[in-house]
Amino acid sequence: MRLLTHNMLSSNIKGVTNGFPLGIEVEKVIEKQVDFNPDFLKNMLLKIEWKALVDASRSLGYAELPEEAPESSVIDSDDFLRKLHHALLELHLEEGALVCPQTGRKFPVNKGIPNMLLHEDEV
Amino acid sequence: MSSRPELKAPPEIFYDDVEARKYTYSSRIIEIQAKLSERALELLALPNDGVPRLLLDIGCGSGLSGETLSENGHQWIGLDISLSMLDIALEREAEGDLLLKDMGQGLGLRSGVIDGAISISAVQWLCNADKSSHEPRLRLKAFFGSLYRCLARGARAVFQVYPESLAQRELILSSAMRAGFAGGVVVDYPHSSKSRKEYLVLTCGPPSINTELPKAKLEDEESCSDDESSGEEENQTVCIADRHRPRKKQKTTKKGKGREWVLKKKEQMRRKGNAVPLDTRYTARKRKARF
Repeated sequence: MRLLTHNMLSSNIKGVTNGFPLGIEVEKVIEKQVDFNPDFLKNMLLKIEWKALVDASRSLGYAELPEEAPESSVIDSDDFLRKLHHALLELHLEEGALVCPQTGRKFPVNKGIPNMLLHEDEV
Repeated sequence: MSSRPELKAPPEIFYDDVEARKYTYSSRIIEIQAKLSERALELLALPNDGVPRLLLDIGCGSGLSGETLSENGHQWIGLDISLSMLDIALEREAEGDLLLKDMGQGLGLRSGVIDGAISISAVQWLCNADKSSHEPRLRLKAFFGSLYRCLARGARAVFQVYPESLAQRELILSSAMRAGFAGGVVVDYPHSSKSRKEYLVLTCGPPSINTELPKAKLEDEESCSDDESSGEEENQTVCIADRHRPRKKQKTTKKGKGREWVLKKKEQMRRKGNAVPLDTRYTARKRKARF
């Protein structure tokens, strides 16, 4: 599961008002090569929750992203975009778990696929 | 088709390892799914600017439809309830992220982040109550509600469905309308029972030029006229429905409701799919005062 997806996922367990962002428990991270596309990244920047992305990438072991969401002058720099690309699309959580921030419920991640199925009492 | 898969078992059980493999490696299925996905992507009407978008593939299964999305350069997130199918998607090195998820439990995605959603041959599974705790209407409501929220403004959702009956199609359409979607159904090759395919095209946000329904395909590859009326025409292949916006209620000074009103109501109920007694000469007749 890439951080792009993690940035969009929230916990929708019944009764949870703030299910974003999901905590990450890491057991195995792999890196995959993905084609670099600056247009896509710039488009995504508008939708990404920056802090959640930075925290998530730190927990996966990548600390190159700046703390603050960048200014428009920095956005176009190739260096920044490459770092964003790497964090967003090339880091994969293979084994581990996602944790609901409010209830602490764990969603296990196996072979890169998070199991987000809710139990009957959580719907 | 002799029997529908939805009537045999819930999707996570029907699509076990064996069935999933059979499904994915059948060349016929691969071809059909590719065509359906191409058409769905076309109906999504994404701007033609070469910028890859973030799309959702609902009921992505073994990644057959996701492949079409990747081939067109888009990033996608796929969800499916069958682990066997997702395992095969991993084998085939699907490029999108996969989630093991039940769409009837709500999508759980942040607001306004998805640029478009497709679903090939999956949404009809929502209409069956696969567990005793399931109530299809609630599941459809959870699904469409969460989908409406996560789509960006002006984004579309295209579902290729195989509805079992008129009632089921109505159920799906009305759930979507209630969630706030506008849109309608595009039927390709409506007169051929073999090639007939239905696409539910839903749009988020107020109607505009973008939300006019595209032309449907007819058998001899001519497109039908962009007719917006939903009358009983023979070549009606596109129908439009809009969200019911509540009008301010005004005090009515009617002297009770006549036969016409009752007949109209009964017709409405029939269209919804309810069981309604036949209209006879006794319908809405005046009863005795103390009835």
